Amino acid sequence: MEKKELTCIGCPLGCQITVTLENDSIVSVAGNTCPRGETYARKEVTAPERVVTSTVTVLDSSLDTCLPVKTDGTIPKGKIFSCMQALKGITVKAPVRTGDVIIENVCGTGVDIIATKTVEQNL
Amino acid sequence: MRSENTIVIIGGGPAGLAAAISAKKNGAENILILERDRELGGILNQCIHNGFGLHTFKEELTGPEYAGRFIEEVKALGIPYKLNTMVLDISPDKTVTAMNSEDGLFEIKAGAVILCMGCRERPRGALSIPGTRPSGIYSAGTAQRLMNREGFMPGKIVVILGSGDIGLIMARRLTLEGAEVKAVAELMPYSGGLKRNIVQCLDDYGIPLLLSHTVTDIRGKDRVESVVISEVGPDGSPVPGTGKEYECDTLLLSVGLLPENELSKAAGVKLGSTGGPVVNESLETGIPGVFACGNVLHVHDLVDYVSEEAANAGRHAAKYVEGLSRGEAAKTAGQRTVDVVPENGVRYTVPVTVRPDRMDEELTIRFRVANVYKNIFVSVYLGEERVQHRKRPVVAPGEMEQVTIKRQDLLDRPDVKKITIRLEEE
Ligand SMILES: Cc1cc2nc3c(=O)[nH]c(=O)nc-3n(C[C@H](O)[C@H](O)[C@H](O)COP(=O)(O)OP(=O)(O)OC[C@H]3O[C@@H](n4cnc5c(N)ncnc54)[C@H](O)[C@@H]3O)c2cc1C
Ligand code: SF4
Repeated sequence: MEKKELTCIGCPLGCQITVTLENDSIVSVAGNTCPRGETYARKEVTAPERVVTSTVTVLDSSLDTCLPVKTDGTIPKGKIFSCMQALKGITVKAPVRTGDVIIENVCGTGVDIIATKTVEQNL
Repeated sequence: MRSENTIVIIGGGPAGLAAAISAKKNGAENILILERDRELGGILNQCIHNGFGLHTFKEELTGPEYAGRFIEEVKALGIPYKLNTMVLDISPDKTVTAMNSEDGLFEIKAGAVILCMGCRERPRGALSIPGTRPSGIYSAGTAQRLMNREGFMPGKIVVILGSGDIGLIMARRLTLEGAEVKAVAELMPYSGGLKRNIVQCLDDYGIPLLLSHTVTDIRGKDRVESVVISEVGPDGSPVPGTGKEYECDTLLLSVGLLPENELSKAAGVKLGSTGGPVVNESLETGIPGVFACGNVLHVHDLVDYVSEEAANAGRHAAKYVEGLSRGEAAKTAGQRTVDVVPENGVRYTVPVTVRPDRMDEELTIRFRVANVYKNIFVSVYLGEERVQHRKRPVVAPGEMEQVTIKRQDLLDRPDVKKITIRLEEE
């Protein structure tokens, strides 16, 4: 039996939840004050996912040299660093619109990296 | 420039943008946003992480996306704005003095002014950390700007003092970009940041959060070489002999935000316990026609509330200039005013006074508590009568609270002169 401790982020109470696993399947969830905590804990323990945000370099921009980007949905937590690696050295040219795809299907997650800001071209 | 009915909005961050949009939609014809930066959007331009707009748009946006939606609306509504324009002074008669390279130094005699200047970070000077003053010490917000807008990495091995949201967000950002964040030290026995940020920015990456700890020494000649982190006793001072040295090249300070008050002070606006201006139900300061909203009024953790508050300020400003054109300004004198009093664990309220004649059917009063309290009741008194008594599993200084007051309840009680908001054990 394996126990995993986590903090629920559902509300400011921040319950300490203990999930007990046996052969990778959940045996029990304890410590949550409300059902939301259990849902959260089950997801966190079996398939945690996160949105990743970062920047890439943008050329000919009328403003900053950084273009903010994000994954257009959550990706498995374990792929965060390979996603960051994929973003290294990426350079795009202005103009860019919010929502433009910067990398398709990043690291085989089925999720695209998109621009989160509109950047005009420096004329 | 003379434009007696112009609403001048100082600052083009989320507060300024939402105030402008709302003023326009409520009938104001002449609006001008003055922004010192080279783009609109304020601090959100550097907040590239997601977590904005859950309340407003029911989706999680990044800072630039959230700002972008408001910027587009401002443009679509044809609201004029001036960038690269620094407001230097506001006089008590609402003359706004500003400067940019196109117009030089110019003055606008405004009909109404909305203060939307945001906040600034508490500088290191305001804290007294002993030790040398090498390079490699940044405020967390400065580091955020350097990384996210200029693409400059502030350091490789980092210690962060203060566990407010900016510090937590930066711990993750630095880690993702390859830096090693050794620890986040927090003076208080609890973090001022959102739970979600503690989990997703620290726990996810195994970064230790040292509660009741502080930096007691900074070492290094030209560049930071290490810092000493010590335990803090119940009295708030470091416990001798508990110091531990952490080698690092960078120290980030995330030790709180303060409303940007220079201009408010110049205008003669009275400041209160939020650190920002004292306002009434219409978000109007002590000077009629000067309104305040967003972080300049009180530091918000959720931008959604900034937008909501600013929309109210914009609406009231529009009403005010409309009244001016009908010669109504003087009428406010002699109106019934009810004080809103924070008590027993409630640190401040916004607003500070309420005029029942002027308020909407319902009014949201926002407040912060002074400490972490579990299983506590939030009570509202109208005069001596308790009208609300709501049990809360937990309240914390890091999360803004609110109660709603009904206009009718005040009209039904003409003798009530004070609304008290307090925490009660039972
Ligand atoms: C680092 C950080 C992270 C945050 N993270 C989150 C989050 O995850 N989720 C969330 O919901 N909220 C978050 N917030 C809170 C939210 O972003 C802020 O509350 C919001 O941006 C405040 O808006 P504002 O318009 O009052 O201030 P600001 O955005 O600071 O805008 C003020 C504007 O006024 C301008 N200005 C100031 N003085 C002058 C002058 N004299 N003349 C001309 N212009 C002037 C400034 O240049 C600036 O553009 C975060 C805040 C910070 C600081
Ligand atoms: S379990 Fe329920 S009460 Fe506890 S933190 Fe999560 S959402 Fe809040």
